[in-house]
Amino acid sequence: MSDYFDEVLTDLDEYIDNLGGVSRREFMKFCTGVAATMGLASTAGLKMAEAASNPQRPPVIWLSAQECTGCTESLLRASHPTLDQLILNAISLDYHETLCAGAGHQAEAHRLLSMKQNFGKYVLVVDGSIPTKDGGIYCKVANKTSLQHLTEAAAGAAAIIAIGSCASWGGVPSTGPNPTGAVGVSEIIKDKPIVNIPGCPPNPYNFLSTVLYFLTFGSLPELDSKSRPKFAYNRLIHENCERRPHFDAGRFAIQFGDEGHRQGWCLYKLGCKGPETYANCPAILFGDVGSGSWPVGTGHPCFGCTEQGVGFTKGIHELSDVRTQTPPDQYPGINENIGTGATTAAAAVAAGLGGIALGAGAVIASRLGKEDDKNAAEERKEQESPS
Amino acid sequence: MTVNRRQFLKMAATGVGASLCTTQAQALQRETLKVSPDAVGMLYDSTLCIGCKACMVACKNANGMPVESTDVNPMWDTPLETSGETLNVIKLYKNGTGEHKDQLDDGFAFMKRHCLHCVDPSCVSVCPVSAMTKDAVTGIVEHHKDRCIGCRYCVYSCPFGIPKYEYDKAFGQIQKCQFCAHLQAKGEIPACCDVCPTGATLFGRVDDLKKESERRLQAKPGDRYVFPRGKFGSDRPPHEAAIAQYQEHVYGLKELGGTQIMYMSAIPFDKLGLPVNVPDYSYPSQAEGIQHTLYKWMLAPAILLGGLSYVVHRNTQKKDDEKNASERRES
Repeated sequence: MSDYFDEVLTDLDEYIDNLGGVSRREFMKFCTGVAATMGLASTAGLKMAEAASNPQRPPVIWLSAQECTGCTESLLRASHPTLDQLILNAISLDYHETLCAGAGHQAEAHRLLSMKQNFGKYVLVVDGSIPTKDGGIYCKVANKTSLQHLTEAAAGAAAIIAIGSCASWGGVPSTGPNPTGAVGVSEIIKDKPIVNIPGCPPNPYNFLSTVLYFLTFGSLPELDSKSRPKFAYNRLIHENCERRPHFDAGRFAIQFGDEGHRQGWCLYKLGCKGPETYANCPAILFGDVGSGSWPVGTGHPCFGCTEQGVGFTKGIHELSDVRTQTPPDQYPGINENIGTGATTAAAAVAAGLGGIALGAGAVIASRLGKEDDKNAAEERKEQESPS
Repeated sequence: MTVNRRQFLKMAATGVGASLCTTQAQALQRETLKVSPDAVGMLYDSTLCIGCKACMVACKNANGMPVESTDVNPMWDTPLETSGETLNVIKLYKNGTGEHKDQLDDGFAFMKRHCLHCVDPSCVSVCPVSAMTKDAVTGIVEHHKDRCIGCRYCVYSCPFGIPKYEYDKAFGQIQKCQFCAHLQAKGEIPACCDVCPTGATLFGRVDDLKKESERRLQAKPGDRYVFPRGKFGSDRPPHEAAIAQYQEHVYGLKELGGTQIMYMSAIPFDKLGLPVNVPDYSYPSQAEGIQHTLYKWMLAPAILLGGLSYVVHRNTQKKDDEKNASERRES
């Protein structure tokens, strides 16, 4: 292992030219930081440093459909790495409507060029839902529908990352009555590996970690049944919530601003969806400003933005279906056997004793008063014998 | 065994007496008592319960009960059953993988166990010293430990196995849910109903709760329904959820003469540990007449004592006669 360290650390000196003004120390910190976020070994951080400073930065095409740019805004507020570190050092962001330097035909031409040059190699990121109703006319860029853009770009993509709840399953635009027939990316593209990073907005580190994992290992991180990276979405919010002890003790806020709410009690009764939503919000928080910086921490119930069928589907104050009680959680069964019960021997002894008691009782009852007879008879004998 | 004439007559007389007693016993049966119009009760809807156990915590706090841990390393309150230290317990029905709520196969469901506050309670009927009472107005079945002599008849008589004796204590007492009578006296509602976040445990007048359960049964499964929380008819905010596929019956409407705690569930009640093959009449309606007649004015014990005295007298009389005779001879 030490050989490996030496080798990588020696090689690292060559990266400095590629780091764009970032000191080697800072850069290493960022990479190991990302590795730690994902729960990877510290050596993975070094590997990430290697991958991220590769002069052949992997191309990324970012398409936006029916979206609010919240996902991009969230990404702009990341600090480790910052977005500029990501797009200037780690990846080659060849097209992004909000962040493009060029505009109009120039930007479109650059996108097409990159797609052609990097066919089969680029990562496609999509934010926003795709309208499908009426031929998808409800969202158009450069006179093409989002549907067309997506199918074209997906054809040459190595992998697709659907960022935000909209791209993951439809999100806000797909909420009933869904006038545009909005769907998520996975509804349209079936033949490519897709990672969903749901959230409204998603935590930027869930996205950045996925990207860096892909750059480093050339494959996607382990995904759950809803194609979400497990490192970020395999934990139930309820299980990691700082207000959980209040739930267990039955202390609930009933109205915003009431005594319980001011005391920081559980928000379940206000409609918190933490008990049925999987995400790492309580663990990694938002905005890098310290503890409590996530919805429940600030006193608002979780509304389940990362969970299809919960966020934008259930009512804000509707109670959630608690997912923690499914076995093997601890509850007594309906018919609990307490103690070991009577053994056969013990039952026999008890029966024997009972029988003896009954018999003795009967004998005693029948002889009540007879003892005197015997005594009297003996007395008489004694009296008669001397005579 | 040879039977002489005297023994035969005795046996025949006993047989006739026994058959007369049976007729007499039927005459001693009474109607099952009716629920008081102002009775209070609880509707437990298993389909709404999320198993948060908040009611168990609230119950312990309201009644000053200790934590009861059955773990190897005692850390949490984990009672297995109602006991001398636990008046209310949430239990789990589980089958197979137990993935789906309110499903019989591969599913799970919750159950809340505590006193059902029978309309015609056996424990009150059997109590020899009126330590168990049923309030004429609220119908709360309450145990008064100051009057209790510790005979534990209530423990054996309860068809739901609720009153528990503290066998582990030198001076044990009977413990059972009193429906937070001490809180109700202050105008509050029972702690478990107060704290329940989903309204699975709903407090109210028995009449209102019966109507509410009827409405739930009539609603179409899957439809949205507004579930009251805390106390039925109070201004506490309700919550809306889909209505479950209920069993077409509310437990406690007629079982054993009815109970003031009623149960609704999506799985059969016997799976939740409630006795289902029970008559619609209460057990006291059958037994109370005989038992209370036997012991009226201590009549039966007096007769028993008389019988025993007679046997003693008969066995000792002979001796006295002989003694007298011998005395006469001597004189």
